[in-house]
Amino acid sequence: MVKKLIPRLFLTLVLLFVYTPIFVLVFFSFTDTTIIGQWNGFSFALYAKLFSDAHIMGIVRDTVILAVVASLISTILGTAGAIGIFYSKKRTASVLNTVNNIPVINAEIVTALSLALMFALVMTFMNKSLASLLIGHVVITAPFVILSVMPKLKQMDHNIYEAALDLGATPTKALFSVVIPEIIPGMLSGFMLSVTLSLDDYIVTAFTKPETFDTISTYVYNAVKVPVHSALPGLRALSAIIFAVIVIVVILMNFYRKKEIKK
Amino acid sequence: MKLRFSRKHLCIPYAAFLALFVIAPIIIMLYYAFTDRNGAFTVMNFGRIFSDVSTISAILTSVSVAIITTVICLLLGYPVAYILARSGLKRAPTLLILFITPMWINFVLRLNALKEFFSLINLLDKSPYLNTVIGMVYDFLPFMILPLYTTLIKMDNSLVEASQDLGANKVTTFINVILPLSMPGIISGITMVFMPTMTNYVISDILGRSQITILGKLIENHFMQNNWNMGAAISMFLLSAMFVFTWLTGGFKSDSEGVARGSGLW
Repeated sequence: MVKKLIPRLFLTLVLLFVYTPIFVLVFFSFTDTTIIGQWNGFSFALYAKLFSDAHIMGIVRDTVILAVVASLISTILGTAGAIGIFYSKKRTASVLNTVNNIPVINAEIVTALSLALMFALVMTFMNKSLASLLIGHVVITAPFVILSVMPKLKQMDHNIYEAALDLGATPTKALFSVVIPEIIPGMLSGFMLSVTLSLDDYIVTAFTKPETFDTISTYVYNAVKVPVHSALPGLRALSAIIFAVIVIVVILMNFYRKKEIKK
Repeated sequence: MKLRFSRKHLCIPYAAFLALFVIAPIIIMLYYAFTDRNGAFTVMNFGRIFSDVSTISAILTSVSVAIITTVICLLLGYPVAYILARSGLKRAPTLLILFITPMWINFVLRLNALKEFFSLINLLDKSPYLNTVIGMVYDFLPFMILPLYTTLIKMDNSLVEASQDLGANKVTTFINVILPLSMPGIISGITMVFMPTMTNYVISDILGRSQITILGKLIENHFMQNNWNMGAAISMFLLSAMFVFTWLTGGFKSDSEGVARGSGLW
């Protein structure tokens, strides 16, 4: 009895540590107060304020657009790259894999600084523009597409590609109708991972973005640093909504995976 | 032969991208690290890393925060991963998802939640250092749990059983069999926690109320004050440290799965 109890107690305590701040925030998103801890009766006032704040809604929209566009580019570039690397000579492949790992293991501030220096010095025409921001996000996400697609390429049966060619398919046709369907799960998880990383990013964004452009991360960072900021209560509502969306996505994915396993 | 030729060349756009936006920026940074404000060659920037008081203090702060955070993450994360992977809980996979779910919430919003919670329980102004460490643990714990769980769940159980059949008790089995076998997970967990804690200044800014200066913050300060040379030198120092560490732990092998931050997240 005790043997089972202690591990469960431990898991519960760690989960409490992880979720208490989030639940407190969600709880106080349902009351109209500036200071957390003060309950002024149940209301959706903060949500109403959030949705009527065109500035924040614009930032949310821009953040999502940036994440999706950067991830699409990363997925296309990374998938082509992974296929190319897979069929390259060993030496080329190993060089590319190593360079691909640099942004993955590098401290984000180092990646950010190196990009900022280059845009400020060499590519001045796109310094602190949407282009430099987009490139920054592709730099931090595309390597993960490679890392997601590569294992699928290794697992794949390469005879079917040869078979498609023997049966008269052009290389392009064989690539799209044979190779891509085999590696699509890797492409999908690479894409999802890219979206997550892009939505989450602060440091590279701060170093490459235009002055007037904000993502959720940079906006919240600037708001949180000021002791009293008018946007803070609204951020509670925003956090609660994002949390709810994530919980729904996680539950749906869980169902989907269970179905897959049953099949 | 011509067919394979075309597939191989699919990597050209990405290779060009890497050359332009990963390699070239590092070369430019290297140039700045080895020149002074007037563009003359110097190694003084590196000399100053180890002589300038504010830099040394930032290094000491970063290293101490990183060590404490990594140890706490390991002490919390290992038992969590172990219980989930090896104690035969029915709902272990679902529980694992519960531990990872916070990773999907925007991390600045998550830090804001922690900050608001700290101010609720009157902890915010007590110790910026302690707040920073708690914030780091809060943020990086899932990155420790994931690789440990992956390693523990894949572990060959027959080795554990053999050890027990040969008369070893549970503690001996754990120390001599399970712990050595979980080393790859421990190493990639440490990699994913240690480096970010030395440099992620967002956490120390928000929870340490900008009173804790870690290396990442120092680089940002130098950049903002247009002292690019010093910022570049500290960055090169970090980059070299990262290379040495990764090389020592064999992380550059393309098939090492732990190396990917967030691998297993999707």
